[in-house]
Amino acid sequence: MSAAALPPTGIPASTGAQEPNYLNWSYTVKDWLLTIDHKRIAVLYLVSISIMFLLGGFAAMVLRLELTSPHGQLLTSEVYNKMFTMHGVLMVFFFLVPSIPATLGNFVIPLMIGAKDLAFPRLNLLSWYLYTIGGLLALTAMVTGGVDTGWTFYTPYSSVYSNSNVSLTVIGIFIAGFSSILTGINFIVTIHKMRAPGLTWFRLPLFIWAHYATSVIIVLGTPVVAITLALVVAERMLHLGIFNPALGGDPILFQHMFWFYSHPAVYIMILPSLGIVSEIIACFSRKRIFGYSFVAFSSIAIAVFGFLVWGHHMFVTGQSMYTSMVFSALSFIVAVPSAIKVFNWMATIYKGQVWFAAPMLYAMGFIGLFTVGGLTGLYLASLAMDVHLNMTYFVVAHFHFVMVGGATLGYLGGLHFWWPKITGRMYPEGWAKLAAGISFIGFNLTFLPQFVVGYLGMPRRYHYYPAEFQVWHVMSSAGASVLAIGYGIPVIYFLWSLKYGAKAGNNPWGAVGLEWTTTSPPPMENFHEIPVVTWEAYAYEDESEEQAQKDREDMPGAGAAVRQEAARDTEEGHPQGHPAAE
Amino acid sequence: MNFPFLPERASTFSNQIDALGVVLTVLTIFFSALVMSLMLFFAIRYRRGSKVSRSKPQHHNIALELTWSVIPLVLGLTVFVMAMIPFTQIYNPPANAEEIFVIGKRWMWHLEHTNGIRENNELHVPTGRPFKLTIISQDVIHGFYVPAFRIKRDALPGRYNTVWFEATRPGKYHLFCTEYCGTNHSQMGGWVYVMTPANYSQWLKTGSQGALTQKVETVAEQGRELFTTLACSNCHVNQDTVRAPTLNGIYGHPRKLLSGKIVNADDEYLRNAIRKPEDNLLEGYGQVTTMPAYKEDQLTEEQIHNLIVYIKTLGSTSGSPVANKTAPRTTAPAATVQPVGGTTILTNGTTPMATPGQPSTAVDSKSGAQTTSALSAPTRNIGSTP
Amino acid sequence: MSVEVAETHEHYHDPHLQHQFQDMDQQNESYVVGMWTFLVTEIMFFGALFLAYTIYRRENPAVFFEVHHHLDVFKGATNTMVLLTSSLTMAMAVYYAQMKHRQKQMIFLGITILFSFCFLIIKGFEWKQKFDEHHVPGPSFSYTLEVPEGAHGVAAKIPPVTPRSAADMRVEFPKDTVVLDYSSKAQLFFALYFAMTGLHAFHVVIGILVMGTLFFMLMFKHPSVDYYMPVEMAGLYWHFVDIVWIFLFPLYYLIPGP
Repeated sequence: MSAAALPPTGIPASTGAQEPNYLNWSYTVKDWLLTIDHKRIAVLYLVSISIMFLLGGFAAMVLRLELTSPHGQLLTSEVYNKMFTMHGVLMVFFFLVPSIPATLGNFVIPLMIGAKDLAFPRLNLLSWYLYTIGGLLALTAMVTGGVDTGWTFYTPYSSVYSNSNVSLTVIGIFIAGFSSILTGINFIVTIHKMRAPGLTWFRLPLFIWAHYATSVIIVLGTPVVAITLALVVAERMLHLGIFNPALGGDPILFQHMFWFYSHPAVYIMILPSLGIVSEIIACFSRKRIFGYSFVAFSSIAIAVFGFLVWGHHMFVTGQSMYTSMVFSALSFIVAVPSAIKVFNWMATIYKGQVWFAAPMLYAMGFIGLFTVGGLTGLYLASLAMDVHLNMTYFVVAHFHFVMVGGATLGYLGGLHFWWPKITGRMYPEGWAKLAAGISFIGFNLTFLPQFVVGYLGMPRRYHYYPAEFQVWHVMSSAGASVLAIGYGIPVIYFLWSLKYGAKAGNNPWGAVGLEWTTTSPPPMENFHEIPVVTWEAYAYEDESEEQAQKDREDMPGAGAAVRQEAARDTEEGHPQGHPAAE
Repeated sequence: MNFPFLPERASTFSNQIDALGVVLTVLTIFFSALVMSLMLFFAIRYRRGSKVSRSKPQHHNIALELTWSVIPLVLGLTVFVMAMIPFTQIYNPPANAEEIFVIGKRWMWHLEHTNGIRENNELHVPTGRPFKLTIISQDVIHGFYVPAFRIKRDALPGRYNTVWFEATRPGKYHLFCTEYCGTNHSQMGGWVYVMTPANYSQWLKTGSQGALTQKVETVAEQGRELFTTLACSNCHVNQDTVRAPTLNGIYGHPRKLLSGKIVNADDEYLRNAIRKPEDNLLEGYGQVTTMPAYKEDQLTEEQIHNLIVYIKTLGSTSGSPVANKTAPRTTAPAATVQPVGGTTILTNGTTPMATPGQPSTAVDSKSGAQTTSALSAPTRNIGSTP
Repeated sequence: MSVEVAETHEHYHDPHLQHQFQDMDQQNESYVVGMWTFLVTEIMFFGALFLAYTIYRRENPAVFFEVHHHLDVFKGATNTMVLLTSSLTMAMAVYYAQMKHRQKQMIFLGITILFSFCFLIIKGFEWKQKFDEHHVPGPSFSYTLEVPEGAHGVAAKIPPVTPRSAADMRVEFPKDTVVLDYSSKAQLFFALYFAMTGLHAFHVVIGILVMGTLFFMLMFKHPSVDYYMPVEMAGLYWHFVDIVWIFLFPLYYLIPGP
């Protein structure tokens, strides 16, 4: 480490809008839809995923509105059931699973490792098309009659009893699953084979480690759920009764095979967020991540143990007592790597130079909510407690803390962090801080009451509920409307910033990491020259105290100042700081 | 509008699980508060430009890493053990638990007490007595959940699940279905009425639907009637014959199957043996069986349960000769077999020889006919219509 | 091998080098890693079905044994030979691709394609038979335990019920007495059979499409098949398809008695 050299700021100061980049080299629809540039594909993904998120969010708002009354004033039970299925399917399969890998991962991974593109650019484009086709099929199914099974598609309800558009939805998810698989394969190969010279495994940013672990889960898990769901379709269409007790099958086998993927899928959603938070915490604390290798290997440990705990979804299905015990013990163990990450982030902030920019606020919000989400997961891993809480709103609250408070907040944090790189423009910092605050408050208002109502015994997926639970539901719905505002504001200012945002410059955050050494937005093949890496990851403290002082004075919105500073650095020929003092 | 915070505690499990909840909540609040306050404290203290010492920053520290790996691990495993103990209790009903049979179907709960009283979406139980629920579903998966008791178990199609409870506090408590089962899932539920023993016996006399109108047969009695009507008794006599094993005393004992597997003759096994006899061939009875498979349209889950309860009673008194009289309501009927209508054979399980002629008549007259009908079409095609 | 071939080209000037790679080594290794990762997903894909098969066979050993007699071992064995041979010819095609021998490469690819059609045709006959026998899961499914000739009237053979004694402990029913209702479990067997062989046949079809494309590209001297990698990748895929069948054949056609 002592020999560590420094990341160059390396970009000519004259970076102007005229310089060709991935956004402005062509504007035709054809060049967008047939692009094999990972950055453009990431943008395509960003657009489609945002649409899915808004649709899923719309369904959530309808649900919350309906649940303000215990007697359900707006919808019939049938429509209510279709709504929560729509919410679950869109959010899980079409937003959370692809969200970070397919957008930020797709955009940033090649930049971070100094590659010109992913290993298989055409596969990458194919993956977006599969996602889009799958999404359109699922949406078609929802528009033309809907599907009412819940996103878990438990048999025999989904395979025999439901009269809704199960097959079409499942086929959509199946196709989208292949989109995930292709992304996973692409990332694994890219991370293995495309790293810039000198970029060893232990010099990789933790975002890359997280995505590597995620890709391993995708590659191992997604095929299993794909074939499981395919069997449900086969059961509906071809009468292969593999999960149908009337035809000799076993509906519990479906649950095993479903959760074998769908529990690790939780880690597909959260691991990339953990990676983003590591990036943001290091950058905005101006400090190398504490315990780099522990954080890196905790991602791998989560991926490995994540595959061994699926049975904790089935403690009340009549699974053998001893099986349940093993799954429960393993579930407690899988909590440890997450705890390691959280404590290491604390230690990173300690003695740092903390800059409360919007991405940092999102990251701190993430840590808080992820901690609560993780700890409440222990209730559900506890055998006897799960007997009481399984399938209640407590579960709903728990996984929303992890999925919304965790994964989605991380996603938004990452989006803010890399937005200048993606678009070349700054978002309005004040609004972003406001939105982060509103989201955090709205989120807690929405989901904290659900813990209480869940412990009281309110089952999930209930259209009508006992009147004594109403007060908690009303609170939750009120929180949801705040949360919706918190999510709505970024949509508006991100769009606004595309045209009116201040020019960002190449490195508005003064971050290290290869993605910040190229122009914003990056040129077609990312780097004018493939970098040679001789420094460790997160070489922040190589920055001098004075430099840090300057950083503090430059607000990111004032892009000009940052650019000048970058220019000055380059002209003077000294990149930020000095060799590591160790 | 009231603010309920904790569900009522009405079973012996409630306190245990709430205590566990307290431990978990303390841990959750402690660690959340620790993480959040440390994070805020560090972030504010070490905000940019603050004049605090930042000398000797550390980037790794194995001792620290191990501390914060091992402490959560130890705490976690402690909670695991604490949660495991009540869980094993929930799985193991006490021997004196009275059975209540629960059928879930879209969208109602049907419950049957051992004394034969049936209820829909309502369950009346006294305090201070353990009850074991045997749960099954007729269609999709349901979940039987009484929050006040802190118990829950899925109702699966084609398989029994059990759970037990002992109510402690009289009152009216929610009964929910927790496994999503279709359109009216949220309306599939009702009430559990916990009563003092005195009120309960009063209810038995006057309040329960069956008691009001007619004399209710116990489940075992109903099972015995079925046993006769279905002519089970033609083959399953008091001793093992070449045709069929006796059912006396088999309940709860190991059986050796043709496949070499040894299984315990519990409810699940008996149910399978009735629904799918071909999957449960006993060793020593050849590769095939004359026993017809009783499908859902021939025997309901409730009827099968009645039969099983009856077979259980055979077990309890196997070996003692009992006259063919209607057994007293609460006592189990004995090892009585009625192979041919009206003719009663008094048998003693310990004596192998008992009027050898009689059972063969049974074959000719009744079961013979049944068997022949099954055999009349040797290439019987069983189409499946889902 | 990749090293050797790659070095015959000048770095950065190889027409097959795609823009995102630095050199041919990196490109070739990426393809190999990518293909193997893909095969891992394929293993998980089939693995889930193998798991279902294992569980159900363990639960119903007798039924699976009984029902598997309805599969045609001869056709299955023939198909195994066909696929194994096609793997050999595929390996030859890959060899000649590396040797840059276009003619022989085409010949062996062609033979492999013929073999795979052969496989599908035999499979087709097998499936046709299942349709004729109503062994395809669905409303028309029916399953009859094989009953020997003269089974009618077997009722007479049923021995009278007598209390069991040591002497008749060994008495068994004649094997042909009763028709059993195996239909649900038999249907399960055939459901798994069709799911797994169907998925496998689908992979064979994909293989034919891939190899056919390569064949025509070779025929028209498409520049990208000067490069051996596409054929090598197709070869890896084809061997995988072959291996899956190597597992399917004994699991379905050669079940040992309980």
